[in-house]
Amino acid sequence: MAEKKIIDGRGSFCPGPLMELIGVLKMSQIGDELEVLSNDKGSAKDIPEWVRKVGHEYVSTREEAGVWHITVRKAK
Amino acid sequence: MAGEKICVVVVSGTRERLQMAAMVASVAAVSGIEVTIFLSMNAVPYFIKGASTDAPSEGNFGDLVVKKKAPDFKTLFRQAVELGDAKILPCSMALDIAGIETDTLEPYLGEPTGLASFLDAARDAQIWTF
Repeated sequence: MAEKKIIDGRGSFCPGPLMELIGVLKMSQIGDELEVLSNDKGSAKDIPEWVRKVGHEYVSTREEAGVWHITVRKAK
Repeated sequence: MAGEKICVVVVSGTRERLQMAAMVASVAAVSGIEVTIFLSMNAVPYFIKGASTDAPSEGNFGDLVVKKKAPDFKTLFRQAVELGDAKILPCSMALDIAGIETDTLEPYLGEPTGLASFLDAARDAQIWTF
């Protein structure tokens, strides 16, 4: 069954949150949803870009009190 | 994207250049690009096991990188290898000149490499120099 995982990248800067996401993606199953928390504006833009480039599924981005929640689904 | 290659040549020992080189190398490596990093000159000593990563800043930005806790350049280089299969090749001439033995280097580094081999790896690749 697909899992939902939270990756807390708050306090880090580009490309820290992306690298943390990739580390968790490698250990995840296809279909798992990963939500990255980041207060780095650059990562909020860069992570969806990376996800599209490498062929995972970008789900959503929302901002809440200065924290971006970027959700992606492992597709391969 | 298939077949895309970059070579990142790192010769500087200053914080900003090491940081930018590590950022380019790590993000490229995890984006499906074949990445070869060639370390020479002042960049090499940071890759001795246990060496300090306290690189001098060229300007204010290097200090900000530390103060704001951006990911450490050595962590990013290691992640380029571990997460993106990048190769980090220390320059054999730099090791000889500085008297650095290969077994004192970080285990994620590849074999000492001379310029002839590096130029061969760099054929058909974008070259980024820091």
